[in-house]
Amino acid sequence: MAETIGFYTLSVLILGLAVLVVTAKNTVHSILFLVMNFLCVAVVYVVLQAEFLAVIQVLVYAGGIVVLYLIVVMLVNLKGEAEAHQDPRRLSVIGLALAGAVLLELAGILVYSSGSDATVPSSEAVAFPVQGNVEELGWLLYTDYLIPFEVASVLLLVAMIGAILLARREV
Amino acid sequence: MMEITTVHYTVLSAALFSIGVIGVLVRRNIIIIFMAIELMLNAVNINLVAHAHRLENLVGEVFVVFVIAVAAAEAAVGLGIILAFFRNKETVNIDEMNVMRW
Repeated sequence: MAETIGFYTLSVLILGLAVLVVTAKNTVHSILFLVMNFLCVAVVYVVLQAEFLAVIQVLVYAGGIVVLYLIVVMLVNLKGEAEAHQDPRRLSVIGLALAGAVLLELAGILVYSSGSDATVPSSEAVAFPVQGNVEELGWLLYTDYLIPFEVASVLLLVAMIGAILLARREV
Repeated sequence: MMEITTVHYTVLSAALFSIGVIGVLVRRNIIIIFMAIELMLNAVNINLVAHAHRLENLVGEVFVVFVIAVAAAEAAVGLGIILAFFRNKETVNIDEMNVMRW
């Protein structure tokens, strides 16, 4: 019962904040709604027993990426309305219709898959020599997924260099 | 009251994803569009974690770690591009971003 109430409260918060992010006129307000949205998603991870991901969500998203957005908004320092100019060929109604089509498609997939009730055979339980969410995740990352993990670190390095090069003043 | 199942989380994820799609398709401020993309990545993450929980298999959570890493890289490079563009054209409106070079 408590789980049900908690889930629906979280869902309303997440979806409402997402709507506010998309509709807010002021970009800074939008970013602040985004922080709250990320924190609510972190709570969902805790409910789903993914504690490590909840911590990562708070640290990387709510702590890192959002600060990046705030700094860019500060540097961009817009005077006047950002969306004043609108291309007359742009049709927002078609955008909304396409988004509705995406939602319908997802709902269709959901109805179809829940009808068939296909249960994926759970992969044979890996015998972890460690206990706990963080330890098991770390074990997987450093054994089976070692190479993707290293590639991800190279990706982050390249992205860092690229961002510095792009944001540098012209010499 | 029903028990909360994986389907509930999937529906939440689909709704969040659709809101992100609406943001990308309807808004014209490119910073808001980037935020809508982050919303969509979060929707995918919720989906992955919910199914990892259902299957009691941690591989889904490993994928979420990679998604978060790629999202961080994407945000850094994308915001760098926005800054470089703004320095040249003084706008963040995507309707005015219609030249490949100047």
